[in-house]
Amino acid sequence: MKAPVISSWFGRGSVVAPPDIESAALRSDRFRLEREGEWRKLEEIVKRMESGGLRRIADDDLLALPTLYRTAASSLAVARETSLDASTLAYLEGLVQRAWFQVYGPRQGFARWLRDFLLGGWSRAVREIWLDICIALFVMVAGAIVGWLLVAQNEEWYYRLVPGGLADTRVPGASREELLATLATEESAAGLSTFAAQLFSNNSAVCILAFALGFAFGIPSLMLMVHNMALLGALLWLFDGQGLLVEISAWLSVHGTTEIFGILLSGAAGLHIGRAMAFPGTRPVLDAAAEAGRRGAVVMVGVVIMMIVAAFLEAFPRQLVEGSANRFMIGGAMLLFWLTYFFLYRPKRSPGAEG
Amino acid sequence: MSAAAATNPEEKRARTLVTPEGIALPMTIASRGSRAGALMLDVMIIVFGLLAFYLILLWIAGGLLTGTGLDPAAAPQGAQEFMQIILVLIGFFTWYGYFLVQELGPRGATLGKRITGIRVAARGGSRLTPEAVIARNLLRDIEIFYPLLTLLILALTSADTNEEIGPLGWVMTGWFALFLLFPFFNRDALRAGDIIAGTWVVERPRTKLADALSTQGAAARRTSDLTGVRYEFGEAELAVYGEKELQTLERMLREARPDALTAVHATICRKIGWEPGAGDERAFLEAFYAQLRAKLEGEMRFGKRKADKFS
Repeated sequence: MKAPVISSWFGRGSVVAPPDIESAALRSDRFRLEREGEWRKLEEIVKRMESGGLRRIADDDLLALPTLYRTAASSLAVARETSLDASTLAYLEGLVQRAWFQVYGPRQGFARWLRDFLLGGWSRAVREIWLDICIALFVMVAGAIVGWLLVAQNEEWYYRLVPGGLADTRVPGASREELLATLATEESAAGLSTFAAQLFSNNSAVCILAFALGFAFGIPSLMLMVHNMALLGALLWLFDGQGLLVEISAWLSVHGTTEIFGILLSGAAGLHIGRAMAFPGTRPVLDAAAEAGRRGAVVMVGVVIMMIVAAFLEAFPRQLVEGSANRFMIGGAMLLFWLTYFFLYRPKRSPGAEG
Repeated sequence: MSAAAATNPEEKRARTLVTPEGIALPMTIASRGSRAGALMLDVMIIVFGLLAFYLILLWIAGGLLTGTGLDPAAAPQGAQEFMQIILVLIGFFTWYGYFLVQELGPRGATLGKRITGIRVAARGGSRLTPEAVIARNLLRDIEIFYPLLTLLILALTSADTNEEIGPLGWVMTGWFALFLLFPFFNRDALRAGDIIAGTWVVERPRTKLADALSTQGAAARRTSDLTGVRYEFGEAELAVYGEKELQTLERMLREARPDALTAVHATICRKIGWEPGAGDERAFLEAFYAQLRAKLEGEMRFGKRKADKFS
């Protein structure tokens, strides 16, 4: 059905003969009939671009697109001043808008964007929110200290901070052996991969929450971070009571350097948005929020990747690698890697990339 | 008439976008109803798609349980684990990938949005970027699905333990209501994710190019094909109407409903003091339309415009 219609616009095998231009009584209708062919050609190209992306368009058509777009746009400008044909005006407005979306649409698809993102875009976005990272880091450290101090003063706090499911045998009053057993390795890797997949799903949900709560001026993001870190502080206190501080730190560091870094970044991204909305400076609030939100979104995609890495570290090396030194080594190496990637890796912007 | 036009929801949603070429393009903000409908369609597509996928997977992997007396514990561990990982990961990537990939595509719309005829665009006429699409989709979870899921879990646990849900339930309901009603409290019907991402959702124009009216019939030749009567209108007769009436007449000629044409014919005849006949309404209206348009467009070229019959 489509093919004969298309070919008719190019003057081959005419199926619907366009009305004779001279037959039109009105000058504005003659204007329209003279340009109609080009409009239809543009519409056809736009339609094909919308349905199938660039691959299905012939090179000639792609080259013609900007010209046809400008022709249609100038036709619209002229028609607005000379024609009272409402339906032609509506058609032209719709056509120019659709073509505008294609000509000025997203320049890169998802795959291309992902490449740019990994090769510089991500670390650039992280560096751009350095101030928020500093604030979030301060809040997290403060949270951990608060957790430790609270539990040290009153053991009741432990049960409030640490949810029942996580506590298990890790409760105040547990013996050194019991606590050590929770840090031990599993005999085999069976069951751990499911564990990893669930951890990933769960952890990234927490991070996305921390980011999105930044919307309420960043305060809920901070509260979420304080709560998470207070839990960590309480756990550290518990193991410290039995002289196991080094062991628990090593155990946590395997995945923690990645995971806590990820939480730090997502909280900072949320805070970044909150800060932009609370103190937009000279820009309108909506513009400031949008700019911060886009930057935060880039950081968040990275956080999801970090969570995948963290989940694998948590499920496999942490449960399988024994010895504090080895565990510290893995955790330290990961931390070093992230720091290098974010703050030392500064490739030049590729000329095509923007924003 | 003018009071009704100001409160007309269509006009309230009209916005103007200026392209880099300096052309002002009208845009229409998508109605909240069509956006809600699009979201429901998308969720249904994802849920049913995943369900179908799981069923197929179950059908393929159901063999894992044969010969074990249908006892999952006796099934091979590795294969089971592999399946579970696939389920979790596919669920996660479908949920985010569905929206991201489609909204970044040339249509800027998910399947549900395409069906309801709307698309995502950057606010204020800039380029839609991947970052913006990611940001608006991350926020959607927090706005709608996180509170709903929490409420569901709360309800299930309370049904299990026969305990009251407590204040957390109300907090979640309030949260849900806040974000759900968010689009009602700003002019552009933005949800929280749109604000963060700097996007808005607009209607997709779908206008076909209609035939030129002045190429056929009485509009072109001023004579009726039916009766051969020649319709000529004088300056004074054409002066009673303006552009607004012209475009109403155009719409009626295109719709071509006989009863409407008869009514308009009678009205115009009364207005210009002609004796309304019967049977040749269309030719009369076509001729009147063409001559009125020629007159108004002629004046337009000299910078004189007549918006409606009152001006």
